[in-house]
Order: sequence, then structure tokens, then C-alpha cells
Amino acid sequence: MIRLQDLKKISEYEWEIPKTYRHDMRVAVRLFVTRRLLEAALQDLSIEQAINAATLPGVVEPVVVMPDMHQGYGFPIGGVAATRYPEGVISPGAIGYDINCGVRLLASTIPLEAAEARLDTLADALNHYCPSGVGTEGSIHLTTSELDAVCRQGARWALKKGMASEEDLRRTEEGGCLEGADPAKVSQRAKQRGINQLGTLGAGNHFIEVDVIEQIFDAEAASAMGLQEGMLALLIHCGSRGFGHQICSDYVQDLQGAVKRYGIQLPDRELVCAPLDSPEGRDYLAAMRSAANYAFCNRQILAYHARRAFEEVFAGSGLRWQLHQVYDIAHNMGKVETHEVNGRKMKVCVHRKGATRAFGPGNPELPDSYKPIGQPVLVPGSMGTSSWVLVGTQESMERSWGSTCHGAGRVLSRHKAKKDFRGERLRNELEQSGIHVRAGSMSGLAEEAPLAYKDVNEVVETVSGAGIARKVARLRPVIVIKG
Amino acid sequence: MGKCGFEELQHTADWALQVWAPDEAELFRQAALGMNALMGLKLANKPARRVKISLSAEDTESLLVAFLSEILFHLEIERIGFEDFSVKLNGNRLIAELWGKPIRSIEKPIKAVTFHNLVVKRGEDGLEAQLVFDV
Repeated sequence: MIRLQDLKKISEYEWEIPKTYRHDMRVAVRLFVTRRLLEAALQDLSIEQAINAATLPGVVEPVVVMPDMHQGYGFPIGGVAATRYPEGVISPGAIGYDINCGVRLLASTIPLEAAEARLDTLADALNHYCPSGVGTEGSIHLTTSELDAVCRQGARWALKKGMASEEDLRRTEEGGCLEGADPAKVSQRAKQRGINQLGTLGAGNHFIEVDVIEQIFDAEAASAMGLQEGMLALLIHCGSRGFGHQICSDYVQDLQGAVKRYGIQLPDRELVCAPLDSPEGRDYLAAMRSAANYAFCNRQILAYHARRAFEEVFAGSGLRWQLHQVYDIAHNMGKVETHEVNGRKMKVCVHRKGATRAFGPGNPELPDSYKPIGQPVLVPGSMGTSSWVLVGTQESMERSWGSTCHGAGRVLSRHKAKKDFRGERLRNELEQSGIHVRAGSMSGLAEEAPLAYKDVNEVVETVSGAGIARKVARLRPVIVIKG
Repeated sequence: MGKCGFEELQHTADWALQVWAPDEAELFRQAALGMNALMGLKLANKPARRVKISLSAEDTESLLVAFLSEILFHLEIERIGFEDFSVKLNGNRLIAELWGKPIRSIEKPIKAVTFHNLVVKRGEDGLEAQLVFDV
């Protein structure tokens, strides 16, 4: 097991594991953590898993780990690994089962004090329009050809159906559609799971939250995003549902044979991979992009439903009920991007698992309105605690593959959380602190207890201190909808 | 007679299970029962339905993941959970009959069965394996 003395301190917020630490490491591991967060991370296997990621063929220095890291399976949550394109590998386990799990933020000009009397009704309306919970089906029942269209078009499909605006798409990573998706590379099983789940939240740590914008830290960036102190905003956290889970499961299973064919040695079978330019690698990339597009479309439809709920509750009240899109960003994704490595442009496949893309100002990928400030980064906190809006920086481009943190990060196992906390009591405590809660499962609620997570403020202070993101606004929840 | 059963293990973000059995077929059965227990699965008091499955995979571990993934698929798509299993293994092939009933309630579903550090190994008390599930 790795110990604190095996790591080299670079700065107050940055540590390194040299590639000489273990014989099979191809590159160093760079950790954006304080000493306190590092000591906490040494309690589980997250750092060992980051070291394992540093053994992937074609990986480019360094593998990066964020302060919200925690133990996953194969690859740590909060990890970023870039592999040379096209001769390096792509690893489904380094992207995760919930492909394009991500966050969308919509903002309003409804002041909290004017809305307070209607929050309970709003919670009911959101719970009604945005189906959540185990195996939930939505109101949209796709045909097979429509599902294929969702795979190819992503959130653009919702635009064609009148459930999105051009502005929504402009303010979504990749315009809500990854090129190169091919539904022919998706199994029938995945399609069976995905066909009735579009527009649903699911269960687990996914949620819809209404927040109040509590504090602005960067007036220029907040203004570009349309964020005003004291106004309501809406966060949606979910992904590609059973569709993405099945695609990842299928390819992790299929690639078990590929690693043998390509002679790839791995320390953990969950890291199975294939060269990006191999038939297996190309097939997974095309299927993964299909799931990513499904997820973009899913969050778009949930946003459409949330807008219906806001309209129903606030129309005729004299308040402007409209919600404008701030941004939509993935935190489980594999993307082919160009980065500068040792002064030269290099095309790499950036695996982000529990890490958010955080492109700096001027990046051509950003919509014009965000080019001066950098890409919005959305960091949800644990249930009932603050969430954050950040922006990417030039330093994130230079030091962390244009990436930053994605959330609070767990510290307590689900088993222990269920043992230590009671869902009903937790709900009462949240309600007493002024948060309206709608939850499908009390044991699920207990697993997501705030004390089971790190302090999101500490995570944000760390990425901010390290310079790989800049603070824009802090949000405080007033409604939480969970599956 | 070797050890036979399952036990939940600590895992920061997901769910993990230790499974023991005297032979492979029983190991698969115990893993499925353990997965049901983790999910808090309760079945309706209705007549059981039989589902036959046939799978092949790279090795025993891959077969175990495929078998459990098959159960999750039926759980999500057909809303049935299985409480009895007859499993036959022959090399890297599996034929099984599963008896299931409609789901009455489920506390929390499993998204996927992972290969993380998965090794089916023979210990002093028979076979054992550790499984990590994505939730």
C-alpha cells in the first residue's frame, strides 16, 4: 500500500507519485489535493487505482487525480487519463458505467423570497414531471429508429421535437451531440433498456435540485452566465440510464478477449482496453458516443419537464418563470481532444471519470458568450449542502488535461451510511433546515447523507487554490428531488 | 463441506460482496442471492416463471459477470427477480434455469457488475470470489 512518504509534495495543493514508484507505471500520477485530503484518500484504494491507470498503454504524462477522488472499480472516481490518439488505448472502465453522467444548470430571475410560499408546490410539480426511481420509464416511448436518431443527434433530437432551444444547445458541451456515434455498435440489450427511459432521472446519487444563488465570487463570469444573487436556479444530475450501463457492461465483457489478442498486461481486469485504432476500440468509441448523446438528450428533456413545472407553478404570479440554460457538462466521458504537451500539439483521448472538462478562456470549443471567461464547471455538493459554479482556466489546460473536480466525493461506504443514518430522520432534518425533499427510497436517501461525503467547499478551495478552476458562484439547495 | 454463503464488504462508493461455495455452480447461485440481498429485493407472491439462459465467456470470472448481468437485465426490463437457480457449467459455457417472480419492491438497483479485482479462487473452504457492483 502506498504511504504518504512515497509522494512528492509540489505545492500546498499538488502532489506527485513518480513513475519510478512501481515498475509497471508508464507515467507519473499528479494529485490536486491538500495534505488533509491526501491523508483521507490514503484510507481507501483510490490512489492505488490511479497508479493502475498509469499503466495503460499509450498513456501520456501525467495521470491526474482530483481532490474529490474516491475508490471506484478499476479507475478511481476523480481520475483523468489521456492516451495518445490513435495508437494509445481506450478503456470503458476508465469512463464508467454511467456514460456521460453529468450536470446541467438552469437559472431564473425568480427571487427566493417571492417564491418561498410556492416551493412545496414546485417540489411536487418537479417530482411529477421528472420521473425518478428504480427502473422508471418516462412519458417518451421511442421506436427503434427514433432511439437510433437520439444516439446520432443527442440533444439536437430534442430540439427537433420542440423540447430545446438553439441557446440550450449552444450552452451544452459539444453542442449536446458528439460526432461519430454509431447505434449499429450498440447491442439490442442496451437498446431494450434505453428505449423507454429517456426523460427519466433514475436512482442512486442522481437528483434534481432547486437552489438559491447564495454568493457571487466573480461578477463578470456570473453576469455572462446570467446568475444573480438571491435568484432561484435548477441543477439536474443524471446520465445515460440503463442504456449507458449496458453499453459499458457489454464492452468491458467483450474487451476481456481483446486485451489477450493485443498482448496488453493490466493490473486490474476492470481496466480492459483496446487500441483506439483497433476495430474493438473504434466500436466502443462509437457506442460510447451513442450513450453520451442519449445522456445529453436525457438531461435536455428533463430540463424541458422542469420548465413545465416552473411554468405551472409561477405562470400568472407576476414572476418570470423562464429558466435559461447556463451550461451542461459531462463528468464521465472519453473525448478525443488536442492538448499541448511539451510545447507541441498532441491529439489524445482524455478519459474523465468523475472529473469535469474545464477549458480555459478563448478555447474555440466554447460558445462566444463564454470565450472571455472560460467554460462553466458545475460542481454539485452532497445532498443538502452547497453546490458550486466554477470556470476553467489556462492552468487547467496546462496542468490537468483541461479538467477539474466534479463533486464532493464519498468518504463513507454506502453500507456504513445506511447503518449510521436513517432516511426518515435525514429527510426531517433537511425539511427543518428549509429544504423541501421528495425521495423515492429512504434507504437510498440514507446512503446519500451529507456526512458520507467530503466537504464540497474544501474540494472547491483546493482546485481554486491549485488554479485549475476559478470560483464564480455558490448555490444553496431549497428543493431536492431524488429517486 | 466447505463454507457457503455471502457477506457484504465495505466499499467507499459502491457495493462489494464476498461469496463462498464448495463448487462453481453454487458460487454463481450464492452471488445471485447476495446481489438480491444488496438490492433489498422483495418478490410478489405470484406463480414463479422459469427463464432459461445460455452463456459463454472468456473464463469463469467473465461467465460470473455475464450471469449476474443477465439477472440485472431481466430485473430492469421484465421487472422480475429470481429466487431459485439451477446452474450448470461446462468449461467457459453456462446453462441455467432461473425461477423468478414479479418484483414487489426494491430498495436500490445495481447498475452493473464489475470485473474489479475479480478472481474466483480456491481457498481452504472451497471456492471464493469478491464482487464489486456499480450502484
